[in-house]
Amino acid sequence: MAELLLEIFSEEIPARMQVKAAANLGRLLSKSLNDAGFEFTDIQTFSGPRRLTLVIADLPEKSPDVTEERKGPRVGAPEQAMAGFLRGAGVTQEQCEQREDKKGKFWVAKLHKPGRSALDVLAEAIPQIMASFPWPKSMKWGSGNFRWVRPLHSIICLFDGKVVPFEVAGVQSGNQTSGHRIMGQGAFEVSSFADYQEQLEGAGHVLLDAADRKAKIAQQITEICQTEGLSLVEDEGLLDEVAGLAEWPVTLLGQMDKEFLDLPPEVITLSMAKHQKYFSVNNAKTGKLAPNFLVVANLDAPDGGKAIVSGNQRVLTARLADARHFWDTDRQQTLESRIDALRDVVFHQKLGSVYDKAMRVAALAEELAPLVGADPKLAKRAAMLAKADLTTQMVVEFTSLQGVMGRYYALADGEEKPVADAIADHYKPQGPTDQVPTDPVSIAVALADKLDTLVGFWAIDEKPTGSKDPYALRRAALGGIRLVLGNEVRLDISHIVKSHFLYEIDISGNGEDDGDGWGFGGRWRTFIEKGLSESGGGFGGGADEKDAFFAELADDYTANLLSFFHDRLKVHLRDSGIRHDLIDAVLTPDADDLVLIVDRVKALSEFLETSDGTQLLAGTKRAANIVKAEHKKTKQEISGEVDENLLTAPQEKALYAALQTASKQAAEAIKVEDYTAAMAALAPLRQPIDAFFDAVMVNDDDPAIRQNRLRLLSGIGEALAPVADFDKISG
Amino acid sequence: MNKMKKQPLCFQDLILTLQQYWADQGCVILQPHDLEVGAGTLHPATTLRSLGTKPWNTAYVQPCRRPADGRYGENPNRLQHYYQFQVLLKPSPDNLQELYLKSLAAIGIDMGLHDVRFVEDDWENPTVGAWGLGWEVWCDGMEISQFTYFQQVGGLEVNPVSGELTYGLERLATYVQGVDSIYDLAFNNDGVSYGDVFQENERQFSHFNFHHADTQMFTRWFADAEAQCNLLLEKNLPLPAYDFVLKASHAFNILDARGVVSATERASFIKRVRDLAKGCANAWVELEEAG
Repeated sequence: MAELLLEIFSEEIPARMQVKAAANLGRLLSKSLNDAGFEFTDIQTFSGPRRLTLVIADLPEKSPDVTEERKGPRVGAPEQAMAGFLRGAGVTQEQCEQREDKKGKFWVAKLHKPGRSALDVLAEAIPQIMASFPWPKSMKWGSGNFRWVRPLHSIICLFDGKVVPFEVAGVQSGNQTSGHRIMGQGAFEVSSFADYQEQLEGAGHVLLDAADRKAKIAQQITEICQTEGLSLVEDEGLLDEVAGLAEWPVTLLGQMDKEFLDLPPEVITLSMAKHQKYFSVNNAKTGKLAPNFLVVANLDAPDGGKAIVSGNQRVLTARLADARHFWDTDRQQTLESRIDALRDVVFHQKLGSVYDKAMRVAALAEELAPLVGADPKLAKRAAMLAKADLTTQMVVEFTSLQGVMGRYYALADGEEKPVADAIADHYKPQGPTDQVPTDPVSIAVALADKLDTLVGFWAIDEKPTGSKDPYALRRAALGGIRLVLGNEVRLDISHIVKSHFLYEIDISGNGEDDGDGWGFGGRWRTFIEKGLSESGGGFGGGADEKDAFFAELADDYTANLLSFFHDRLKVHLRDSGIRHDLIDAVLTPDADDLVLIVDRVKALSEFLETSDGTQLLAGTKRAANIVKAEHKKTKQEISGEVDENLLTAPQEKALYAALQTASKQAAEAIKVEDYTAAMAALAPLRQPIDAFFDAVMVNDDDPAIRQNRLRLLSGIGEALAPVADFDKISG
Repeated sequence: MNKMKKQPLCFQDLILTLQQYWADQGCVILQPHDLEVGAGTLHPATTLRSLGTKPWNTAYVQPCRRPADGRYGENPNRLQHYYQFQVLLKPSPDNLQELYLKSLAAIGIDMGLHDVRFVEDDWENPTVGAWGLGWEVWCDGMEISQFTYFQQVGGLEVNPVSGELTYGLERLATYVQGVDSIYDLAFNNDGVSYGDVFQENERQFSHFNFHHADTQMFTRWFADAEAQCNLLLEKNLPLPAYDFVLKASHAFNILDARGVVSATERASFIKRVRDLAKGCANAWVELEEAG
């Protein structure tokens, strides 16, 4: 075994591509080597602004010899077939053996493949991998036709200290590389990975490992913050990025003109991070944004970075002056006066403009408000204003500030605080870890926004499929679920969805196209009717028939969307540690109160952790299996009521009585949505079920008694059904 | 030892130094193209000459007009008329980054003290169907140049690839001279500032661009330029045809600044200009191939 060192050195690789590229290099070369019969375990890859590096510590010098057998034609097969086989395998008939199987004799060629040297395999594999390397974007340069992410300059390829010779894009592999462009000392030769890393990180002034660069930056930041009484505004993505922009990171503290501190802090932080790749810092005592920034330079300058800091300060001043210009200009106009301009912003070609969307959300938010304890007027107002900041200069410049800026501008306009907060929060929660809004007005608008999106895309049949979800509908559904669960909103989703769908259809009342094809009102009806007439369908009858048709359509969409919600709910609950089978056990296709579903599954989950629960589960399983076996045998459903007169054994009488009591009590508990009590009502069933199986034979000689007992057993599942389908629980 | 700080280059010396530097690298030093253009790239010496197989190295200053960027001479960093210094090396040499960094040294940027970085930025100019990969070059956080390896021009794959360097001269000068406002730049070493030369120009042209440009006339001019361009293409005269691409493009920019172009019209205008530019690119390449 020996060491392989590969370094591909180029002009600056985009920061966002480096880490993935190193991983791909490792993956692709491993695959090539494994396919060629080489086994190894100790492989590492590194990435940086100008280089991808790979090292395998335990690569065998040679792949093992392999002998494989290839099955040939039957003995006595036509000569041509045999000749073809021999040609393909590269052997003579004398080198073949005869074997025999059930069908008779056949020929077998024994192929000996001698192992190959690692040197040969590498010299072949690396140029191939590089020629089809999966860069997100690649380019040509000079007069060549080779594609790489940026022009390629040198390649180190050493195996066991010797150069593996190959050429890529006119670059001959060798043993030389270069360090930092300014602080390094030109090209140097290396003899091994240890030597490479030592020279690179010593005189070369290049930290090889992105993780080391990140750690160094983090440490420098901590030191500066401690000395200066500051605390970092964390930004992991930015840390990754700056670690890909510096070979020798040096973090420096800069001053920001204090006069900019009256800008919203989000604007300052984003402007710094997005345009300048600076970290923002808070005053450690007050927790408020400090008039400073941290810049990560790629240079340890002899003046301690003074010139670098002063240059960066000037750039930041210009940037923030721009932001101030947006801030001042935007506030010269009220948000309300901007609503009209949303008519020119396309939401989706088939779903109209953002103006249309805002009006739909407003109607829905107003309807949802009483259900979440919000003032309907405020909810409607907030929803109408929620998208208006999209036309402000600040949001055009910084899209990710949508909502946040709307809140500031709403407050400046004198809108009520819950309205302003709802504007900021209505996009939330965005991801699985994003905070869920808790103010009632925010809940109403956020939920309305998501439901409207889902209903709309369902209506135009743009549902997510497989890995494709271009409109982030899964996220919208999850957001809705988290809003509902996080705030215990009792919502009849089917009803809301259906009525919103019909509202959309009926809003214009006449289904007229209003000119541009997708104007507000009647759009969906038009869309659907158009689709019908194009497909040869259409309506013969009058308005009643249409209404009936749309009502049916609305039912279909609603059922489909509800099942989508169920799927997302399952994923969400599974992520929070609830067993999949338990969710299935309580979920029925028409269950549309998410809060209840979760209450039930939680009560069930707790119940199954008690010994009553596990025993009851075991008993019900046993009963269900007997019923199933019977069903399989006779192909007949066990149906009908238990005949009390046919109950003979005391244990079956006891079980029957217990079932009556338990199902009655459980039903009462369910009526008041107390699922823990419902489970408790089931608990006493454990004993009579066990006693029944201990003492009673189901297979009585009297078929009537036997049938009655089967009915009794079948009744266990039925008694439990309102609580959960125990049959779906794995146990 | 002379410890006196060397005086930074004035605006015109910055240009002269860059010209001399790139002349020394074998570039043909051209003068600006004599039409309104939005970027140095649009000079036919770049757009057309980057096509085809003939080697070509050039450098020149190009005044650029971006009517919508006017701020009446009141914003210290934004102008509707400014200068770019443009370098095109075809094929791109292996040491292009090094040549570029030496040009910075030539204008007085000490790379031992200043943080020069190549930050991903993929360039594209949809109006001439051109794109390339490269970087913005940052000096202490300020973007001072655009560095691009052309991949496509006029909708055609380029082969060989040209390396294009675009220096934003005013930005670079504010950096070199350490001033906050472009108008405070020393234009020469005899007391004339950039503001003395151009501030009034910015004020007047901002009024023209935003308020007084005759939209009907420019709409007409756009159509006329388009027609003339198509006629010239029929006659297989891509060089004059290309001039009319530039005229159409400028007319569109004026209309855009006047705020009379809707989002859908915008896309259609850009496409019309691009189609003309593609026509010129094709005709140019065909002529070159024909010898």
